[in-house]
Amino acid sequence: MPNTTLKKIAKVVRSKNAGPFEITFDVIFDNQEKYQRVKRSDALTPEKMALLYGVTDEDLLVCMFFDPAMAFKLTLRRSWGQGTVGERDTFGAQQHAPLLDIQIPV
Amino acid sequence: MKNELKILTPQGMLGYGIPEEHFWRGIDGGVDAMIVDSGSTDPGPYQLGLSRMLVTREAYIRDLSILLKACAERGIRLFISSAGGPGIGQHVDAMIDIIRDLAQDKGHHFKLVAIYSDVDKAWLRERLSNNQVQPCGPHKQLTLESIDSAVNLVAQMGAEPYIKALNAHPDVDIVISGRSYDPSPYAALCQMHDIDPGVYWHMGKIVECGANCAEPKGRVIVATVRKGSFDLEPMNPAERCTPSSVAAHTLYEKSRPDLLPGPGGELDLTGARYEALSDRSVRISGSVFKPSSTYRIKIEGASIIGHRTIFIGGIRDPILIGQLDDFLDRVRERTEATYPELKSGLANLSFHVYGKNGVMGDQEPLTNVIPHEVGLLGEVTAPTQELANAICSSARISVLHMPYPGQLATAGNFAIPLNPPENPIGPVCEFSVYHLAEIDDPADFFPIRYKEI
Repeated sequence: MPNTTLKKIAKVVRSKNAGPFEITFDVIFDNQEKYQRVKRSDALTPEKMALLYGVTDEDLLVCMFFDPAMAFKLTLRRSWGQGTVGERDTFGAQQHAPLLDIQIPV
Repeated sequence: MKNELKILTPQGMLGYGIPEEHFWRGIDGGVDAMIVDSGSTDPGPYQLGLSRMLVTREAYIRDLSILLKACAERGIRLFISSAGGPGIGQHVDAMIDIIRDLAQDKGHHFKLVAIYSDVDKAWLRERLSNNQVQPCGPHKQLTLESIDSAVNLVAQMGAEPYIKALNAHPDVDIVISGRSYDPSPYAALCQMHDIDPGVYWHMGKIVECGANCAEPKGRVIVATVRKGSFDLEPMNPAERCTPSSVAAHTLYEKSRPDLLPGPGGELDLTGARYEALSDRSVRISGSVFKPSSTYRIKIEGASIIGHRTIFIGGIRDPILIGQLDDFLDRVRERTEATYPELKSGLANLSFHVYGKNGVMGDQEPLTNVIPHEVGLLGEVTAPTQELANAICSSARISVLHMPYPGQLATAGNFAIPLNPPENPIGPVCEFSVYHLAEIDDPADFFPIRYKEI
């Protein structure tokens, strides 16, 4: 199996508000093989997520795999208030794109 | 008391359109109740801050006509939660007015219960002074100023007010409530039939979004719920609920995949099991509800923090695009020199540069891409609309005419689609209160009113 990217191996890669002060990211897989491959790799660690989104540990609220849903979850503190001055994504629905090209090793 | 309940959710949001064929398929299959949520904070604080409804009156009329027909002709009880969007009392009453008009047109009569969730500012001040308030999520501590500045304050009710209303009025046809935790009406109904709390909170959490948990995402869904498990089936034959689609939906808009806090406790999904009953229905079991020792409810409040004026346009000149950050910094400096309110923090100027980092701002990882064209949204917020207009005009004029190094296009820097070029768009709100407060009685806190229409 060659190296691949998250967008080729995941079934869902999305972002959305979780309340007005958090943005949450879901990466969901449709079989155990793909899920375990990503989970076993160190592609989605808290350190890498903090670097990718340019946030501090304090702003990284949740970063975990969840076996019952074959899913990875990342939740970040919103660095701006939802729907107020300077808002750029009211629903938080387009913040997932940098996850798509993450390399997943063999 | 029933061993098994069938609950139909016609749509994840009242007013978004109910597909009639799928709705009546569900109703014809025999259901005990229809439950539909009408609220959300997702569109932002403007609804709560400006007392606006989520969709138009016409959209509510369209969906309610269908629901009221099933209620009147089949005798199926209807629950509407978080009426109107923010779930303020004014919207509960507006929803009742719409229902009254529709009922009069059709000659229907309904017994109706309204449950209100408006929060008294004096009560919240007292809770704050007793240290009984904490932020909900990564938010700052509540202040008296935040309470005072809120235009509206509402509390998300749990299941208790619904149970109280149903016990007091067992033959009620319609229950309309103000702001609710979305699964609460589902939980109330199930609790009265001795279903396990872990089952009904998990069920309510999924189906309050209609058939969003199906593939493809759908609208009408029927949940069949019993003491230890529940089954989900979308009413559009082209949609399927699968173990992975339902498990995936449980993550949606949640901070954590395993623990979902709500009024009075927390749902633990660690042991949740999802098994296929057919190729388009799923049975779910195994979640556990853990009551908290202190009952807290979420309070939401929104304030008006200023007025906004915007301009929008595009830049195609590669010489300018190549130095856009510096150029916009100079526009900002020039505007700040004219309007010191920007420097003092009284007013704010934001640039959104589409094609560069308009969506992700400073979090955009692609920083070295030079686009051939960018869109620029200038956003000014100030204490008055007049000041916002003045600052926005000044910034827009600088964007259009300010010189830059290497400039060849000396006639203008900016392609403006709108005329007039700056447009006032009114008040800007923020969630000034988004906190958890301890309450003594989770039922009595929410006033109940009975009406016959």
